[in-house]
Formats: sequence, structure tokens, C-alpha cells
Amino acid sequence: MSDIALPAIASPRVRWLRRYGLASFGAAVILAWVLAAIFAPWLTRYDPNFVDVAMRLRPPSAGNWLGTDALGRDVATRVIYGARVSLTVGMVVVLVGALFGTLLGAVAAYARGWAEEGLMRLTDLVFCFPPIILAMAIAAALGIGTVNTVIAMLVVWWPKFARLSRSLVISQRSMEYVEAAQSIGFGPAHILLRQIIPNAVGPLIVLVTLDLGNAILVFAGLSFLGLGTVPPTPEWGSMVGEGRELVQQWWVATFPGLAILTVVMAFNFMGDGFRDWLDPHANRR
Amino acid sequence: MIRYVVSRLVVSVAMVLLATLVIFLIANTVPGDPVLTALGDMAASDPVQVAEFRARWGLDLPLWHQYWLFLERLAHGDLGVSISSRRPVLQDIIDYAPATLELATVAFTLSILVGLPLGVLAAVRRDTVIDHVARAVSLVGVSAPTFWLAFIALAVFYGWLNWAPGPGRLDAVSFPPDRITGLLLIDTALQGDWDTFHDAAAHLVLPSIVLAAATLGLITRTTRAAMLEALSQDYVRVAKAKGLRGRLIVVRHALPNAMLPVVTLGGLAYANLLAGAVMTETVFSWPGLGRYTFRSAVTVDFPAIMAVTAIVAAIFVLVNFLVDMSYALLDPRVVKK
Repeated sequence: MSDIALPAIASPRVRWLRRYGLASFGAAVILAWVLAAIFAPWLTRYDPNFVDVAMRLRPPSAGNWLGTDALGRDVATRVIYGARVSLTVGMVVVLVGALFGTLLGAVAAYARGWAEEGLMRLTDLVFCFPPIILAMAIAAALGIGTVNTVIAMLVVWWPKFARLSRSLVISQRSMEYVEAAQSIGFGPAHILLRQIIPNAVGPLIVLVTLDLGNAILVFAGLSFLGLGTVPPTPEWGSMVGEGRELVQQWWVATFPGLAILTVVMAFNFMGDGFRDWLDPHANRR
Repeated sequence: MIRYVVSRLVVSVAMVLLATLVIFLIANTVPGDPVLTALGDMAASDPVQVAEFRARWGLDLPLWHQYWLFLERLAHGDLGVSISSRRPVLQDIIDYAPATLELATVAFTLSILVGLPLGVLAAVRRDTVIDHVARAVSLVGVSAPTFWLAFIALAVFYGWLNWAPGPGRLDAVSFPPDRITGLLLIDTALQGDWDTFHDAAAHLVLPSIVLAAATLGLITRTTRAAMLEALSQDYVRVAKAKGLRGRLIVVRHALPNAMLPVVTLGGLAYANLLAGAVMTETVFSWPGLGRYTFRSAVTVDFPAIMAVTAIVAAIFVLVNFLVDMSYALLDPRVVKK
């Protein structure tokens, strides 16, 4: 801010790279993980659950790139298969949570009056529980398992979308096109779903992208605690959990953790890229 | 101002009450059965023992009656008796809370002391090395799983380099101080036991850095964004035109205006640290509330889960209340609305 001279104007290509380079990189990383998850059986010659005690806790080598765990299973294979659970759970939780929250917030904002008041107080109520604690209580009460953990996460996942979509709809509902649609005679459902929400969808997409990483983190955390997937399902969080006592055999816990880190980072890059794309004036870069 | 405070206070109390109702309903409508967990398969197959157990813990009363009893006891400061530890939940919480409070407070202080200056510097020296460093730090902090960071920290600094002490609050050979507050740093300092003080402080280093990582990332990011926003305002241009020094503009003009979002985030982050210590406490064998909650959840210990969740919700609401109050102080326009 202290230098007065304007920076030299870079070529369009350099500018594009500066703005969207990281986001494209993030998208490439996600794509790579999705492909790995789909084509897992073709990428490795091991079975993720094949136990071979004679091969236990081998350090990374040419045969087992990332070593083997306490039961002699190939860590690289389990990391690749682990992408299936983590990516699926992340997407299900965020998409269903976003859909429910968005609709609720939009309806609240469009309905106004006591309905809005009631719905938003409900949102506040769920908001005052820290997600991981409530999810932990619900997951434990429902019984351990991937589906139950997803349900537990969904219970606490929607409020942020409800809040965002409410504020978006409030800023849209007094626009002229809404008035026009009303005077043409469209019903409230049509106006809300077909007119207002498509106009307000940008910030929601940003939140969804940023939130995917978050959901994967929380699910991995619950699995790490033993409240997510049931063994021997390969899942990154529970793999870190299985290896956390093995400080000497660092490869068992380190690589699944790195997998989580790359995915979450990639979603963050993508979310920031979406935000820049939707709001080129934003001061974020 | 008083009206504002009172109305916010009433809303806060109502929220806590509603929160206890929600957690009560969740705990009671889900299929997990505490009888099975507490008695074991053998005893649970005997109907007499099961009925006796249900009667003793009030599990045979209608739901609304159970909730009323819960509220009545709550009003007397009685949070019920834990099914798994068979001790009053309040006693359990008093035992476990200080460890978490100490850890979370140190972690929070750390993330403010590092995150705030880092965010301000990143905004002022935008697109320089310090900005890139700040971005990398906040990105890793936000993206890395806490439980994994904890493992890496222990593996590297304890297992490999041996620079830091192992898990737990104290070495096995250290004598814990007499309990005054339960906060080891304060208790040892009050009793002049500096060896144990150093031991406790050394044990805090790794877990507090790990716990601070995510909060640090968020605070750095938010501070940077808020400062960039503030620095682009007209009053900053005016200040510059008046010929004020750069540092004065940043500290006296831009920073106070950038504080609002940071305070909101900071308040929530502190409450989240208290709750989010679960992972860190598990890896570092830290005898705090996080591990207590986890154990209660796994054993479906209703009284303990309800008490902890109610307390955490109350802390959240209280912190939100304090954040609202600091808004009113930072930005007088809030009250008039």
C-alpha cells in the first residue's frame, strides 16, 4: 500500500494463472482422487482387506510403496480405496445438508412473519451445539456405522446453509424481477424455486465447495475416534486411528492423513477460485 | 443499552433451556440402550435386573416427567449421576474441566498472538513473502486434520527428536500439586513448585500448538480479509493524504474497524476449542472434558452426555452473548438498531 507506482500489467495468461491457477490445481487433485476411487481395483494388485501377518509393519519399499500396517495390509491400497468412503460421505452430507438448509432458509425468508421467526430460531438452536460433540452423541446413540454417522452429521450440517440462503433471498425478494413475476401471476413456489434461487446460487456454490473439505474432516475425525466406519473398511480417519500408537512405524498413520490434507486443501483452493470467479472485485487474492 | 443487554440475556437463557430439551429428546428417542451398555449382555437378559436398573435411574417414567426431573435437579445444580462412572456428573466435570480449560486457553492465546499480527502484516504487505507465508500457514491450519497433526507432532518431536515430553499433563515422576484451581500452571505457581510448573508447561507445548492450528488459520484469514477491506476505505485515503505515518494508519485507523469480524470469529473459535479438544486430548492422553465426552458417548451414558452438551451449549450461548456485547462496545450503531 505504500508504493505509489502501479504494478506492470501482466499478460492475460499470467493473470489467469494468478487468479485461477490454484483453483485449477485443486480441481485436478480432486479429479485425480475421484478417478482413483472409481478405478481402485485396477490401480493396485492388492486386496485392501487382505491380512498377511508375516508382512506386518514393513516400511515403504518397491513392493509396498507406502509400507504395510499392523495386519500386513498394503497401506497404499487402503489409501486409494479409502477415497471411496471419504469422498462419498463428504458429498452426501454437504449436498443433502445444503439442499435441506437452502430450501428451509429460502422458505423462511420468502414467507416472512412467524414462519420465518420460528424457522430461524430453530436454526439458531442447532447452531449453538458444536457439530462434532452433537454428531458424536448422535452417532453413539444410533450405533456405529457409516450410514448412522452420516445421519448424525446431517442433523447438525444444514443450519449454515439455511442462514446463508435466507440472507440471499432477503436481498433478492425486493428486486424488480420478483415483483414482475408476481404481477404475471406466478405462484410463490415457482418464484422461489425458478426465479429467486437460481439468482442467488453463486455464494451457495462457494459455500458448498469450501464445506466439502470440512465435512470430510469431520467424518474422518469421527472415524478416527471409532465412531465412523466399521473396521476393516478402509477409511482415512480410522487408518490414522489404527496407526496412532505406531510412532516408529510412522508410515501407517502419516499417509492416510496426507490424503485427507490434499483433498481438503484442494476443495479449499476450488472454493476460493469459485469465489473469485463470481466476484472479480473481491479483495481476496 | 440496558434494554439491549437484558433482551439479549433473556434470549440467551431461553436458548440454553431449549438446547437442553433438544439434547434430552435426542438422547431419549434414539435406539441406543444404556441398560445394555451398563449391565452387559448377561445381566440385560434378566428382566428383574433390567426393571430394577430402569427404576433406579428413572428410565421407566414418561419422557416429559424425566425431562421435568432433569430440569428440577439442574436448578439445584445437580446434573445427575453418570451411569458409567457412578459418580455425580458435576463431580466428574469439575475433575475434567480444568485440563481442557488450561489447554484451550493456552491454544487460544497462542492463535491470537500469532494470527492477528500475521493477518495484519499479510494485508499491509500484500503479495510479498510474508503474505504467502501467512496464506500457507492458514491453509495448512484449516486443512490438516487435528488428530493427524497431533500424531505428526508426537512422532517428530517426542518419538524422533525427543525435544518434547510425551503424552499426558505431567511426567510420571512429577508429583501433581495440591488442587486449588485444577489448572496446573496456576496451582504450581501458587505453591512455588517451579520444577512441576516447568514440567506442566513443557507438556502443554505440543498439544496447544496442535489445537491452535485450525483457529490460527481462521484468525489469520479473517484478519487479512478484514484489514484489506478496511485499508481500501476512504478514511484511510484521507489519513494518507493528511500525511500520517503508515503504521499509525494501520494501527489506529484501519485495525479498529477491522476488529468486528475478528471478534465474532475469535469468540466462536474459543468456544469451539473447548469442544474441539476431543481429538487433541485423545492423541495426547489429556485427561480433559473432550475425552470424558467421548467416553460418555461410546458408553451411551445419558446423564453425562446431557450434562456435557448442556454445558457446552451454555458456553456457546454465553460466548455469543459476550460477542454481541463487545459489538455494542466496538460499534455503537448496533445498539440503536
